[in-house]
Amino acid sequence: MDLFPLWNSLRIAAVSALLVFFLGIGAAYYVARAPRLVKGLLDVVLTLPLVLPPTVVGYLLILLLGPNHALGALILRLFDTKLLMRWWSAIFAVSVVIFPLMYRTARGAFESFDEDLAAAGRSLGLSDSYVFWRIRLPACRQGILAGVVLAFARALGEYGATSMIVGFIPGKTATVATQVAFLWQNQGNTQAGQRALLFWICVNVAISAGVLVTVNLLERKKGSSCHCP
Amino acid sequence: MSLSVNIEKELSGFRLRVDFESRGGLLALLGASGSGKSLTLRCIAGLLRPDRGRIALNGRVLYDGAAGIDLPPQARRVGCLFQSCALIPHLSVLENVALGYHAKPRPERRALALAQLRRFRLEGLAQASPATLSGGERQRVALARTLAAEPEALLLDEPFSALDDYLKWELELELAQTLEDYGGDAILVSHSRGEVCRLAKSVCVLTRGRSEPVRPVSGLMTAPGTCSAALISGCKNISPVSLRPDGTLCCSAWGWELPAARLSRPRPEGLTHVGVRAHSLRPGPGPISLDCTVDRVIDDLFSNILMLRTPGPSLLRAELDKTHPAPAPGAPFTVHADPEDFLLLTGGEAL
Repeated sequence: MDLFPLWNSLRIAAVSALLVFFLGIGAAYYVARAPRLVKGLLDVVLTLPLVLPPTVVGYLLILLLGPNHALGALILRLFDTKLLMRWWSAIFAVSVVIFPLMYRTARGAFESFDEDLAAAGRSLGLSDSYVFWRIRLPACRQGILAGVVLAFARALGEYGATSMIVGFIPGKTATVATQVAFLWQNQGNTQAGQRALLFWICVNVAISAGVLVTVNLLERKKGSSCHCP
Repeated sequence: MSLSVNIEKELSGFRLRVDFESRGGLLALLGASGSGKSLTLRCIAGLLRPDRGRIALNGRVLYDGAAGIDLPPQARRVGCLFQSCALIPHLSVLENVALGYHAKPRPERRALALAQLRRFRLEGLAQASPATLSGGERQRVALARTLAAEPEALLLDEPFSALDDYLKWELELELAQTLEDYGGDAILVSHSRGEVCRLAKSVCVLTRGRSEPVRPVSGLMTAPGTCSAALISGCKNISPVSLRPDGTLCCSAWGWELPAARLSRPRPEGLTHVGVRAHSLRPGPGPISLDCTVDRVIDDLFSNILMLRTPGPSLLRAELDKTHPAPAPGAPFTVHADPEDFLLLTGGEAL
């Protein structure tokens, strides 16, 4: 059994989750403190990928990154590199789709943060970056960790946008999700094909369930460590 | 030692205009909730920027709207004690206090923090997590941490309001001692006249964002001067007053006439109201007395509170020591008060 799709899925999900971890925290921190109008507007834009069909996200990405389109053409001319149909191209698709999960959980965590803690730190003379990294983030860590784990789980399951951006090239761009689709479409009525399908489905369910258990454990800890008097 | 504050700030329909100066010792900002006390503290600490004005601490300008000076909280050397204590939940008590020593070399911080904990009799809790502390312990850790940074001024935002009564008293005694040792300027925000009376030397009354001149705490009780100060100082009976040509003051709410010859104090300019404290009203006839009937008797901790029907439209509230027999509702009851018990008040339009 060729395990490449598992390895590819894991690396795409890991890189995307890492990327979205920082982007999501940055966006959440900014939006949580923004004036009301900006907040409402940004919130809609940043959450949109959560409710849009992944195929729409995929098509919009093609419009942006395709070799005949704005950014894609520019990169092609400058670096002689196509942004689509590589294994790492999936990172664009997956990141956009999972971004709202990270952003919304982090924003919730930031909004329930007790601002007195930051105020106390600053009055003690601690720098703003110290207050952010050593007081605000750790105080919100349960919510933020839950967000990144949830985003990772969703990344492993991403199919729609990924298949439009990277297609299905065995050993190059195949992921667990696209592998399952491929097997079902092409070998769904052979015994070997069905066995392979079952294997990939078990792998997928096992990983996803493990991740969700982790999220639940994190959420439970969050409930018990309330610091309010 | 001096902290002078003269600022204005508009915030979603609320207008803050405060002007006061503290010259060492504890100054209390006394006001009802929503009067702008905490807002004022946040402006002094640099957590909120005023629209205009000036804040100076020991000659150092912290904020000057006209000159474009607005020091960040880190550079102000103003310590804050929050109602919520604001202990960092993921750090131990020791680590929390060590934050106050972040300006000292790293190897020394731990020892300094331990010494500070000993000073506050908290050494047994060094490794504890803030979540496991009692309300009083939490407040002491917060105070130890704040003072560790050696602030030039200390801002106390209702530090006792989240505590049980018996803890409050114990902590109040401790705080009084700590403040005496501290020596710098301190501002206590409070809505409790008792707290202010026991802890502060001077007081500034805040009403709907406006500050009154600073005065000694004793003066607030004997001569509050304005209606809002009388109310916040606990005066329960306040009546509009009109002046007869012969100088008699007529308290229209109670139908009580105060002969001019009997009132020892000069009338202030713009007199609008007269107040009389519940415990100043004593049973029996006297030089200035009023015949009432008992409306209700309320059993309080150490006194009986009498609600008296007066000749006017409003009730008078009197407090009667429990050693006196409580009168029955409906019984006639005469009260009197000494001339100096009548508080002559201005600023009734704010009521």
